[in-house]
Amino acid sequence: MSEVLVLVEAVADGDNIGLKKVTLEMLTAARVLGEPSAVVAGASGTAAAVQDRLAEYGAAKIYVAESDDIDNHLVAPKAEVLAQLVADSAATAVLLPSTQEGQEIAGRLALKIGSGLLNDISEVDADGTATQVVFAGAVIVKSKVAKGTPIYTVRPNSVAPEAAPGAGEVIAVDVAISDDAKKVTVLDRTVESGGGRPELTEASVIVSGGRGVGSAENFALIEGLADSLGGAVGASRAATDSGFYPHQYQVGQTGKTVSPQLYLAVGISGAIQHRAGMQTSKTIVAINKDNEAPIFELADFGVVGDLFQIVPALTEEITKRKA
Amino acid sequence: MNIVVLVKQVPDSGSERTLDSSDNTVARASADNVINEMDEYAIEEALKVKEAHGGEVTILTMGPESATDTIRKALSMGADKAIHVTDPALHGSCVIATSAVLAKALGTLEWDLVLSGAQSTDGGLTMMPALLAERLGVAHLSGARKLAVDGSKLTVERQTDGGYWTIEGQTPAIVSTWDTMNEPRYPSFKGIMAAKSKPVTTLSLADLGVDESEVGLAAATSTVLEFASRPPKGAGQQVKDEGDGATKLADFLASKKFV
Repeated sequence: MSEVLVLVEAVADGDNIGLKKVTLEMLTAARVLGEPSAVVAGASGTAAAVQDRLAEYGAAKIYVAESDDIDNHLVAPKAEVLAQLVADSAATAVLLPSTQEGQEIAGRLALKIGSGLLNDISEVDADGTATQVVFAGAVIVKSKVAKGTPIYTVRPNSVAPEAAPGAGEVIAVDVAISDDAKKVTVLDRTVESGGGRPELTEASVIVSGGRGVGSAENFALIEGLADSLGGAVGASRAATDSGFYPHQYQVGQTGKTVSPQLYLAVGISGAIQHRAGMQTSKTIVAINKDNEAPIFELADFGVVGDLFQIVPALTEEITKRKA
Repeated sequence: MNIVVLVKQVPDSGSERTLDSSDNTVARASADNVINEMDEYAIEEALKVKEAHGGEVTILTMGPESATDTIRKALSMGADKAIHVTDPALHGSCVIATSAVLAKALGTLEWDLVLSGAQSTDGGLTMMPALLAERLGVAHLSGARKLAVDGSKLTVERQTDGGYWTIEGQTPAIVSTWDTMNEPRYPSFKGIMAAKSKPVTTLSLADLGVDESEVGLAAATSTVLEFASRPPKGAGQQVKDEGDGATKLADFLASKKFV
């Protein structure tokens, strides 16, 4: 069976190292194309922390490339590791997460191995045909790579991860990173508190607030509702531009593209700029005082009313039902 | 410090966008074309670096003739001159071929720093600066929400999901910017008038020494097989809050097993 390389996205969580959910989604998608091989490229100790879970989700092999050269330099070393693995294995496709780093690695890899690539796919078929949802969710495109070993970047939250045990054979990779790939040094990694909430692109539930929330202080209501559902907090551009919530939580055309199981839009009118970032969410709920707000065109369930009445009552109701 | 800013003309994300059914490329002729709004942050940052360190700001774009509107917009913000790579044979070029052409064009210029936006709003790609860095063998500092220039040393705060990384590299380098980096200026009337007389150099594939067979739809490394409008999501249930909105919503969430 042909081998499909999956670049593992691992993340430090305090003293622990965990897998980003998109890794399990990619392992699941890769099984359609062949036998997944997970590629761990990072600081030493990463693979040991995640290899059981990689095997649980179908990794037949786990290539381990661990070195300070990878951890201390941006992007380019990982592309070198993958290019080497594509050359040394019989890989027929490579999957990476459609994150900023994943896309950058994919681009560099495509040039190194002379392949074409498809970006931000939500699905891939056995024959390599990939689906992309483009133009703010308005158009669905099916495409194929026409050259070399196909490279795909996979949109987080597009594939439902399913466990399917694999052999998980650990194979150490000799890492020799060139000086060319060490041109950007990572000096420091700073964590800015997200209040212990899940990351936006990974979250199954997102509660977003918009202009209607009215102030930074009032975003505590949005956070409270998100916490009652174990979700992440997002914001519309109107809200971030008004300084209600930090920019990195912006969902939309110029912010994050998200695709959670549940998206709750609170006080968001639903301008195209916002819809572009959340239109592919599975279930959409809206709370808005204007019954004509375009967000209701997308909503599976909409409540017309005052968010300052509804949100606290909803948070209380959910907390009560979960107790 | 001489700076080149990569700029792309894209169909307005606020209007209806689709593909052209004759060849499955982005429908540009029928679209309302504007400057990729993410690029305005790169232009603004370039102007700031120039104001602090001197030098010249050059706009580089590849696109059809209509992209001159976008170039004038960039020049009216304060850039000094522009290079417009345009050639009918470029129509339908993939990201890989486009990066080859832009790398050639960058080779015709003297620069210390290339700035780009975070993403194009049409193709959704963030990888172009990475492709150029790979081709040119220069540093790529990406996701910059803050850039500090100290001689040839560049220090960037790279926006990440849970915070930021401090990264460092040397010029010549490419920096891709984040949209929280600055507040792009509006062109002044004086800027708009001055832009009309700023030099714009047009380069064809022949000028760059690129063979037509290496670009365009026929040479693309990926192929669009088909496309379709996504069926509009039918509007669901709507209730008016009469004191029971929260309960009804909680019932809905429970029916979907979220609670």
